[in-house]
Amino acid sequence: MEISREQVLHIARLARLRLGEDEVAGFQKDLNSILGYVDKLRELDTTGVEPTTHAVPIDGVLREDVADQRLSPDAILGNAPQKQEGYFRVPKVVED
Amino acid sequence: MKLNELTMTQLKAKFDDGQATASAAVADVLSAIEAGQKYNAYITVCEADTLFARAERIDKARISGAPLGALAGVPIAIKDNMCMKGVRTTAGSRMLENFIAPYDATVVERLEAAGAIIVGKTNLDEFAMGSSNETSFFGPVKNPRDSETIPGGSSGGSAAAVAANLCSAALGSDTGGSVRQPASHTGTVGLKPTYGRVSRFGLIAFASSLDQIGPMTKSVEDAALLLEAIAGHDPRDATSVDRAVPAFQSFVAMGVEGMRLGIPREYFEAEAGVDPDVLANVRGAIQKLEEAGATIVDISLPHTEYAVATYYLIATAEASSNLARYDGVRYGYRADEAKTLLEMYERTRAEGFGDEIKRRIMLGTFVLSTGYYDAYYRKAQQVRTLISQDFDRAFSKVDAIVTPTAPSAAFRFGQKSADPLQMYLEDIYTISCNLAGLPGISVPCGTNKAGLPTGLQMLAPRFEEATLFRVAGQCERSLA
Amino acid sequence: MSVYDKYEVVIGLEVHCQLLTDSKIFSSAPTTFGAAPNTQVCEVDLGLPGALPVLNKQAVEFAIRAGLALGCEIRPTSQFARKNYFYPDLPKGYQISQHVHPICEHGSLTVELESLSRRVRVMRIHMEEDAGKSSHLEGKPVSLVDLNRAGVPLIEIVSEPDLRSSDEAVAYLKELHSIVVYLGVCDGNMEEGSFRCDANVSVRLHGQAELGTRAELKNINSFKFIKDAINYEVRRQIDLIEAGQKIVQETRLYNPNKGVTFSMRSKEESHDYRYFPEPDLPLLVIDSAWLERVRAAMPELPAKKRARFVEAYDLGAHDAEVLCASAPVADYFEAAIEGYAKNPKVLANWVINELLREVSGDQTIDTVPVRPPQLARLVELIDTGVLSGKLAKQVFEAMVESGQEADAIVEEKGLVQVSDEGAITQIIDEIFEQNPGQVSAFREGKTTLIGWFVGQVMKQSRGKANPQIVNDLLRAKLEGQ
Repeated sequence: MEISREQVLHIARLARLRLGEDEVAGFQKDLNSILGYVDKLRELDTTGVEPTTHAVPIDGVLREDVADQRLSPDAILGNAPQKQEGYFRVPKVVED
Repeated sequence: MKLNELTMTQLKAKFDDGQATASAAVADVLSAIEAGQKYNAYITVCEADTLFARAERIDKARISGAPLGALAGVPIAIKDNMCMKGVRTTAGSRMLENFIAPYDATVVERLEAAGAIIVGKTNLDEFAMGSSNETSFFGPVKNPRDSETIPGGSSGGSAAAVAANLCSAALGSDTGGSVRQPASHTGTVGLKPTYGRVSRFGLIAFASSLDQIGPMTKSVEDAALLLEAIAGHDPRDATSVDRAVPAFQSFVAMGVEGMRLGIPREYFEAEAGVDPDVLANVRGAIQKLEEAGATIVDISLPHTEYAVATYYLIATAEASSNLARYDGVRYGYRADEAKTLLEMYERTRAEGFGDEIKRRIMLGTFVLSTGYYDAYYRKAQQVRTLISQDFDRAFSKVDAIVTPTAPSAAFRFGQKSADPLQMYLEDIYTISCNLAGLPGISVPCGTNKAGLPTGLQMLAPRFEEATLFRVAGQCERSLA
Repeated sequence: MSVYDKYEVVIGLEVHCQLLTDSKIFSSAPTTFGAAPNTQVCEVDLGLPGALPVLNKQAVEFAIRAGLALGCEIRPTSQFARKNYFYPDLPKGYQISQHVHPICEHGSLTVELESLSRRVRVMRIHMEEDAGKSSHLEGKPVSLVDLNRAGVPLIEIVSEPDLRSSDEAVAYLKELHSIVVYLGVCDGNMEEGSFRCDANVSVRLHGQAELGTRAELKNINSFKFIKDAINYEVRRQIDLIEAGQKIVQETRLYNPNKGVTFSMRSKEESHDYRYFPEPDLPLLVIDSAWLERVRAAMPELPAKKRARFVEAYDLGAHDAEVLCASAPVADYFEAAIEGYAKNPKVLANWVINELLREVSGDQTIDTVPVRPPQLARLVELIDTGVLSGKLAKQVFEAMVESGQEADAIVEEKGLVQVSDEGAITQIIDEIFEQNPGQVSAFREGKTTLIGWFVGQVMKQSRGKANPQIVNDLLRAKLEGQ
């Protein structure tokens, strides 16, 4: 399949990436080249084949419900680009 | 011989004999790092005062006869995608240029519990995405074997640090070959453990179902020693497996007498084309293994040619989601003066991520999106099953599989970076191992005509690292 | 016939319940409500690089309990998935939820209304993590993000579109609320958002097979608002259709001040959540041994308890419903029965009419000073004629005040009922002497004065005279002569 310019823009929006004009064209070319390559998987008949999420069987170990607060406030907010009164501050969430 | 030039095992012997101290080892490593800055192997070197203080404590404890961990006083480097409390952890990205991790990765805790001295954080492809170390925000790493060539990636900094003696050993992480391929290109030993063998807690995720942390060392025995220190179940990683950790070192000298080693024919006729020098070296090694008593068996892994495609669909899908957290809200880079939330997100991520990251996020986002999930992502997961089954069948006939690590020796900077697909094919021999969750190791295996090292890869059934150590140990002795 | 009657209303409900665990669903950070911002978080809840989720076992057991209570099949293996979208209160850029394989499926809940009983199919119950909270600063272009709630465990209970009116929807929600609170899996606090509801509402002509286009009403946090929001939405949709317009499938919010729903349409394109299996978590395996352990520990559910109360204690349906509305009240009642089993009806009246009045604010049924054995004794004193109803109320009030036993108060205040006919006759005679006019008025036919005489005697005796005896003696004296 071929990815269109509009699809590139749509994917970029979903992924929250602002692309320059040249990037749009570049990614369109790269994605089409890569998808052209991965299309070889279509050669394989995978009817009835179970998909693998984990190749290694894992017995899920669950956590007991015991609470503790390990991180200090400094550790929690120390890397924040912007903060205010213990909150992370961001540009306004609701656009109206 | 300077202490930084020794293997870990040799250094430990000197500590035990009283011929060396941890302080002296740290001093030698720090001067080597200073002299080796041209390799750009480290992003962050820990404060000398802190390192010496820790070394002195260990030296005092040793003198007083206090019990010491298996790695007491050994200077170790870790790839800068593992969190270390209070230390900058960048993942080679502008996005985390100033991120100070507020917690320790499990491997960091285990290294420190074993007495290791973590000297610094090594350079890597941005978020471990790359095969040449050219995508790091902090500039490329140079291959100590030939500074015109790439060191391999993404654990290129760790490989270079080991190869140039800027540490005694290092940790890398391997998602599609990121430990084994740079080991091959720098003439060092690199091991990717079975998925679940080593905790991923604190490892900055690239592709969660493929990532594993592994040792990068100067000898096979060192790899066994380091793996013993970091392996084992971790209740903070739900995908870490609760299994006993064998005494891996005891397998290194055991030899391969009676073992059956499989040679997958597809790996020797693959589409990327194996370099003739690599092929000759690998065939030479196989012959030595046969001479050492192994039986060589021709095997088939029929889905090999689909591995790269499968890998790039699964890895990018997981990565697109794993990298969504870098949004400028709680930590990391944030674009200045964005007026709206959407602008803040889009500019932060456009400015904070490099091109290769964006390319993979784009691909991964696409293959998970409505209408394409089944055709791409789910299909890849199904082919993953087929690839896994290839190995299951093979391992019913053989104990281990022997292959080249990379199709060629290290290439020159810029040689493959223009074409993403060419770069992806660099991982053709290493990728299946991650898809199937197997352990794999790369050991040095001669050089090409230009004198650059080439590598030999061995793969074993899940949790059979011990088998790898037997074969790799034999290779090391036979090829010495 | 109104135009609105031409249409059938179709409602499906999605209810989110916060689970009553001490720690979060995927981390050990505490779940305390109302703490200072960003103090109940760890590396997992902050979505720090390298952090990994580990599933809370208690949260799984709570989800199983809810599933069993709603007659669901509990999947032996279920799977977590990532739901990907960007929002400041979603730290990882994805919510860990369950998508294709939820923990519970195919249950039902029967709702009893006055005129009908409706079996509502429960499509699924899945587990997921809650998001944090963003708040907006008035007049400023910024929002503040608090992640304390991020990672609090939730179950989402999704019904099939089986409800046919706002009344049914509310009845379903109330029953569900009562169940999850009974089970001890959710505190049910709607104001704090522990129990919140989305409603999918559509209309279609009666007899039409296919469903109409639905609107999703999001995050409604009271029974009244749910009813009002659905009623408004139904009229809105019918008005649109009648005007020849099309319903748009969209998410709408309810404004309780204006009593209207409004579109939450964002400027951005529609979501594409890109679900895929969560690679950081293995499959959730629930073996039969675990399932049986949870089943064995299940409490009795409201519907069953109500039926048992009617049957065993001969209570009316309404009394049983009030008593069973909350498990602690029902437990209180049964504990009191243990103390005095001879008159459950009166005991029920006392719990409903007197005791529950004391339960408000900080006072709960478990902290009221009058404990079940004490209330039982009080009722016994009434039954045995020691106290009149009126006196018993005084005693009860004193018990609430002081926490003392009924007998002690009766003794201390001398409140024992006077049943001695001689003493009462003496009082009656005095009253007749002082009020000859009333006596003759009664005898001339104004028999309603009997109440006045009783009142006088009770007043004179300071409430202690046995009213039945007073009544008998008065009638004998007034009518007999």
